[in-house]
Amino acid sequence: MSNHVNVPALVVFVLFFLLVTVLGFLAARWRKADNALHLHEWGLGGRSFGTWVTWFLLGGDLYTAYTFIAVPAAIYGTGAAGFFAVPYTIIAYPLVFLFLPRLWSVARVHGYVTPADFVRGRYGSKALSLAVAVTGILATMPYIALQLVGIQAVLDVLGVGGSGNWFMKDLPLFLAFAVLAAYTYSSGLRAPALIAFVKDTLVYIVITVAVVYLPMKLGGYGHIFDAAATKFSTVSPITHKPTGSMVTGPNAQWAYATLALGSAMALFMYPHTVTGVLAAKSRKTVRRNMALLPAYSLMLGLLALLGFMAIAAGVGKDVKGYNAQLAVPQLFDQLFPGWFTGVAFAAIGIGALVPAAIMSIAAANLFTRNIYKEFLKPNATPEQETKVAKIASLLVKVGALAFVLGMDKQFAINLQLLGGLWILQTLPAVAVGLFTRWFHHWALLAGWAVGMAYGTWQAYGIATPATKHFGGSTTLIPLIGQNGYIGLTAFVLNLLVAAVLTVLFRLARTPQGTDETSPEDYRAEAETPESTPGPVPAMAD
Amino acid sequence: MSTEVRRTSGEEVSRSLPPVAPERVLAGLALAVPVVTMLWVSSYAKLTPAFGGMPFFYWYQITWIPVSAVFTGAAYLLLGRDEKQRKAVRGGDV
Repeated sequence: MSNHVNVPALVVFVLFFLLVTVLGFLAARWRKADNALHLHEWGLGGRSFGTWVTWFLLGGDLYTAYTFIAVPAAIYGTGAAGFFAVPYTIIAYPLVFLFLPRLWSVARVHGYVTPADFVRGRYGSKALSLAVAVTGILATMPYIALQLVGIQAVLDVLGVGGSGNWFMKDLPLFLAFAVLAAYTYSSGLRAPALIAFVKDTLVYIVITVAVVYLPMKLGGYGHIFDAAATKFSTVSPITHKPTGSMVTGPNAQWAYATLALGSAMALFMYPHTVTGVLAAKSRKTVRRNMALLPAYSLMLGLLALLGFMAIAAGVGKDVKGYNAQLAVPQLFDQLFPGWFTGVAFAAIGIGALVPAAIMSIAAANLFTRNIYKEFLKPNATPEQETKVAKIASLLVKVGALAFVLGMDKQFAINLQLLGGLWILQTLPAVAVGLFTRWFHHWALLAGWAVGMAYGTWQAYGIATPATKHFGGSTTLIPLIGQNGYIGLTAFVLNLLVAAVLTVLFRLARTPQGTDETSPEDYRAEAETPESTPGPVPAMAD
Repeated sequence: MSTEVRRTSGEEVSRSLPPVAPERVLAGLALAVPVVTMLWVSSYAKLTPAFGGMPFFYWYQITWIPVSAVFTGAAYLLLGRDEKQRKAVRGGDV
């Protein structure tokens, strides 16, 4: 790519990295816990985060480095179709406003750390809980890998680690990774919570500057959109179709809407999102954040426009097989002064570390609570749980690193697409379960299996000129005859199977399993008199 | 399950504050508006009128981000009011 090293940018980048490393280790002492060996201390920051910390934490968690790279890259590549990320984030908050407070409350009363903990308690089913946990881990792993891909894109454009033998080439990534692993291990969720302050501040500064400064250099928004329109009207020599469009055509509207809806529903099923929410100290904190988090969406919407700016700036023009993921980093590199490029790259790089830390903690919590404690060592003490979770968080990250280095990057991206449609299949058990226990747990398990199989099979069949399988996430919806998001179709199928089987199981009077929750648990506040502050009774077993 | 609810919340409470309170209905509507608006893609899939060089498709959706936050904020306040009323009634009963 670029053979020169952008020295001022590199210096600023490294300085910010050092700053967050120090913060990451100091975080262990921030809001120090009474009993640091409890899993809800390491894995949920003591369930003590107020509105602002939660806002920064969730913002840092949901709007990842990969988002910063991939959303504008999609706009750069296809135009309007990539903009579905905006309605997606608009829809997400009103939707989850309904069920996240209930999840928070029931988790608080019963000491649940993961969504699979809730499923176990609600349905009394080990199998269903295991399905939810495994799906969560599977969906999270490629997501962590993509955070590392985000760092790699930045390092590439910075001009470090581009050449030499494999070790020198990936050395910067190893370093970033080792630092991340070390402070997550020692500080748990407190580390990303504290670093999120730095990350989000940087991101806000960079985006604000970018949407004002870059159009000035590129001759205004009118010119930027004209340049994009010109690019998308040219016909591709391979497919003989235009490469993209400025608005979604009549045939693409179902795909646009179903992608937005399906992704919004999937967003809060991801274990790392649940971890961020359960770390909040009150039900009110959660609700308030649903109204405050759109501030990040606004930034995402503006950021998406950078894809068009990259077109107007001629980034990657006439480069054969250009990697669109580099469009935004190269845009910054070309148009910003060196030192500010460093700030922008630090925003992306640190933007990768925060979610990667939270994701690995979430996956570790799932493994510890729902596999280790459930199946391997039922009488594990809280200290043992915490120790296992710490080690699991390391293993998850090593796995992600091996993924990025050993396999095709495209494979990680495909898997992340699959991860989204997989995690959506846990929604009937988790989110629907928060409102009703009408569904039978075996029916839910069958629905989940059908949704997973159908979605994976459909996605496997999608070919593009670039890849033979998993080339996209939309295909023809049966009966409706329009293109739509596979994940959502699979979800509807999942729900249908679960409903039909539930009726059958009820007719056959199959045992329902025990429900350890009661209706009041779903409305519980932190300050209700019967619950003591700090650790809840269920945690102290 | 349903008998459990009635017993703990009390007949008196459920009569004075029905589950379908106006606050709850309004909050539900406030949450539904942004979702429906965004899913109705054909209503905004067009280039004009442009704003400062930005096609309608883009500025319309970006504008809906803060607007949706106002709707969600309204739902937050409405439900807060509803919960306070319920708590007051419950407190008076006990």
